Amino acid sequence: MSVVETGIGTTVHAEEHEHHEEQNFWRKYIFSEDHKVIAKQYLITGIMWSVIGIAMSVVFRIQLGFPNANLSWLKPVLGQWINDTGQLDPNFYLALVTMHGTIMVFFVLTAGLSGTFSNFLIPLQIGARDMASGFLNMLSYWFFFTASVIMFSSLFLQTGPAAGGWVIYPPLSALPQAHIGSQMGMTLWLVSMTLFIVSQLLGGINYITTVINLRTRGMAFNRLPLTIWAFFITAILGLISFPVLLSAALLLIFDRHFGTSFYLSEIYINGEALPNVGGSPILFQHLFWFLGHPEVYIVLLPALGITSEIIATNSRKPIFGYRAMIASLIGIAFLSFIVWAHHMFVTGMNPFLGSVFMFLTLIIAVPSAVKAFNYTTTLWRGNLVFTPAMLFSIGLVSLFVTGGLTGIILGNSALDIQLHDTYFVVAHFHIVMGAASAFGLFAGVYHWFPKMFGRMMNNTLGQIHFWLTFTGIYLVFFPMHYIGIAGFPRRYYQFTTYNFSSSFTDLNAFISVAAILSFLAQFIFLWNFFYSIFKGKKSPQNPWRSNTLEWTAPINPGHGNWVGEIPPVYRWPYDYSKPGAPEDFIPQNVPYSQTPESNLPHENEEIAMEKVIEAQNFNDQFKEAH
Amino acid sequence: MVYIVGILALVFLVLTITVIVRMQKVLKGVKSSETGEGLPQGNRWNGAMFILFLVFALVASTWSFLVAEKDFLPEASSIHGRRTDDLFWFSMGILTIACIVVNFLLFFFSWKYQYKKGNKATFYPENHKLELIWTVIPAVVMATLVFTGWRAWSDITSDAPKDSEVVEIVGKQFGWIVRYPGVNDKKLGNYNYKLIDAQNELGIDLSDEFSFDDFTNPSEMHIPVNKPVLLKIRARDVLHSVFIPHLRVKMDAVPGMPTRFWFVADKTTNEMRAELGNPDFDYEIACTEICGQGHFGMRMRLVIEDEVSYRKWCAEQKTFLQTYPDYLAKVPANLKAKALQYMPTQTTESTETTPADSTSVDAASGGAGTSASLR
Repeated sequence: MSVVETGIGTTVHAEEHEHHEEQNFWRKYIFSEDHKVIAKQYLITGIMWSVIGIAMSVVFRIQLGFPNANLSWLKPVLGQWINDTGQLDPNFYLALVTMHGTIMVFFVLTAGLSGTFSNFLIPLQIGARDMASGFLNMLSYWFFFTASVIMFSSLFLQTGPAAGGWVIYPPLSALPQAHIGSQMGMTLWLVSMTLFIVSQLLGGINYITTVINLRTRGMAFNRLPLTIWAFFITAILGLISFPVLLSAALLLIFDRHFGTSFYLSEIYINGEALPNVGGSPILFQHLFWFLGHPEVYIVLLPALGITSEIIATNSRKPIFGYRAMIASLIGIAFLSFIVWAHHMFVTGMNPFLGSVFMFLTLIIAVPSAVKAFNYTTTLWRGNLVFTPAMLFSIGLVSLFVTGGLTGIILGNSALDIQLHDTYFVVAHFHIVMGAASAFGLFAGVYHWFPKMFGRMMNNTLGQIHFWLTFTGIYLVFFPMHYIGIAGFPRRYYQFTTYNFSSSFTDLNAFISVAAILSFLAQFIFLWNFFYSIFKGKKSPQNPWRSNTLEWTAPINPGHGNWVGEIPPVYRWPYDYSKPGAPEDFIPQNVPYSQTPESNLPHENEEIAMEKVIEAQNFNDQFKEAH
Repeated sequence: MVYIVGILALVFLVLTITVIVRMQKVLKGVKSSETGEGLPQGNRWNGAMFILFLVFALVASTWSFLVAEKDFLPEASSIHGRRTDDLFWFSMGILTIACIVVNFLLFFFSWKYQYKKGNKATFYPENHKLELIWTVIPAVVMATLVFTGWRAWSDITSDAPKDSEVVEIVGKQFGWIVRYPGVNDKKLGNYNYKLIDAQNELGIDLSDEFSFDDFTNPSEMHIPVNKPVLLKIRARDVLHSVFIPHLRVKMDAVPGMPTRFWFVADKTTNEMRAELGNPDFDYEIACTEICGQGHFGMRMRLVIEDEVSYRKWCAEQKTFLQTYPDYLAKVPANLKAKALQYMPTQTTESTETTPADSTSVDAASGGAGTSASLR
């Protein structure tokens, strides 16, 4: 019943109501102000970056797993970075590690995930014609694009790209004479990241404004899907923390080029005592991690939001503890700002500070645990449909739990002494932040692909892709904990210099093989994605029988998203399998007055509010597509 | 343990066979009834995969842990290290249980509650009691872990005992240099980074009398067993981090900001060699903060020995001034006599060599004024 009454039939008329003035190619696909096109631009750019970023990890995994391998076959690609005996250059190894980190964290999981889905879903799920400022939104993408071009071009420098680790700690990053990666590569890194931050801020302001101001009639905050809550909180996190990274980067630029001493003090390098005194390298770390830690959640929260939505839809059950989910999102977001120094327990900062940060860090486990339990309970007595999106969401929860738990070890400053900067850390954050967020990205793409392109991705290929990736991730990162417990330090070109790290050669080789296979498995996704854009099965109106508003828009939404009036919203987005209802879902835009058979007592009282909701029409925004 | 793995492996095998048999049935079913509408595509085998994955993960992780365990670092050879090790395995135990329980429920529910035609999910949006319970339980567990961790942390980072053996360790691209306070005054002399040159790699300030008997070593660090050792840590160029894996010691070396770490090592190198049955065993110091091209090769040998041999070793070391007598020229005039006192081990046989040396210093370093006045 709901299906007919929810404006779903409008697709037929969609064509007639289209705008008359067709935009030209450039305005429509390149310099577009339409949030859907911008989202796709972010997605495609993110996918390209992820291929580059993961390919880099494959190269250094070969180096770590098979240190004696002859890499001459990579010469056509890497050129001078492979020496005459077929060995990878140690400087380039560091560059690879650095660029892998930078690309994956910022360009793939921040821009690719948040940029794609915040842009795509915010207007569609809250019922808005577009973002608050289409122009700023376009600008945001093109700043990101410029940042991408600069970062990409740094890969081709004679001296190589930045190579001080993705955290670019000075003085190594500040002194060109300390490392070749700190020369032009670092300059371009800083310029690129500065532009990237501008892009994030423009995007973030837009997301926040849109969520606050452009919700459709009746879309109160307590009726927002959890995706929107997650994007909203993520945008706030970014808006507060990214400027601090910008300041850190600017001061570093000053130190590098204008002779200031913010981060430099008492340095003797290459036979020369530098004049700088009074600066502190630790200052940079504080500034960096003030962004760096929230950044973890900027990456993860959208994935958790996406997962909440997908798990509820495909369990055919309301998400368990909607309010607790929001509260834990807010709790995690707030705490993420006051835990940054747990990355710095052994930098020599005041031990008392270490105690404080340990305490605050371990509190984060509580809201995180609530989330994990709530997801699990949502599955309980559900009627689970294993779409690829659902599989990736369940996988995300598993990774979030497994990887999150080791965070409790690392957040404990006494235990961090031994484990800091070992592979234990690498294993921890790759599972909980890297893989979990990437799973959120995959889940989102599989779930909203029909809305983005009007076609379906191949289901079976998606499921196979999931199992290969899921197994692959565990095979790569689970054994990595062992290597970390054995004390192997991060960012080592090879482990043969030390006796204590001379073991585990087999395990390192195993991890490398698993990593390469997992990388290859991603081509299943790439093929599925690009093939389905053009040749996929045509999507039905509401393929997952979902409640949220985007599925009421035409299958291929045009400019302005809805034809005619934007549907008002009367209920929360999780009325799945409601007792008494004929179908197992009731979309948000179905009024309570039409579902007397399934209304709960307090919901009957809301029927009176329906007229009020419908009467709202601020600035005429809900009536006409602009 | 081996039996557990065996049993788990058996369960895994049985389940695999069951699933394969089941899958064949399902596949046949798919072929026979093309119109199997209602059942989402591939739902059955994906559901089964969760159970399969669960058992596989249990077997694989238990087995791999048992295999990998032998390559973990041996028991810590420092007092605080054993404490953090215990804490680590205690926390790990709790977390492993949590990990298994939650993942088990997640996968089990996925399999159990997979889509069945005609089934309807239970509308179960919230339960405050339940939510309260699983907010409180992690909070209590966390509180325990925080408390034990905090106790250990405050003890480890407390001030070093007064009688600690002080050793300075300085990181540079790419190696460590240690400096000892010497056998006479037992105090490290001042340093200044502007005094660093090719010989005086640590910038030892020779206008400070405490530096006269300091000695340095670019390849080995010796420390006494069962005695508190205070490492004074600094860096010359970029960030480094002192990491002594067997002692569970790690602390960054920061240019411009000296740091420190104290500990008590309680197994000598020889004891450790006997314990491990490895005559080639050596304690090692590594760098764990990315510092450039040679980051992975900053190895320094650490020798832990009983106090007698340690004292003996210290006494045998040539002081910095003995190694580079040229630097006598940097000693201010009023302290010259004191500085020369540390020189005699260079033997009385050549009382002439000392002035000969100092004249060459005059010539070389142009410190003529001071040495001349001394004579």
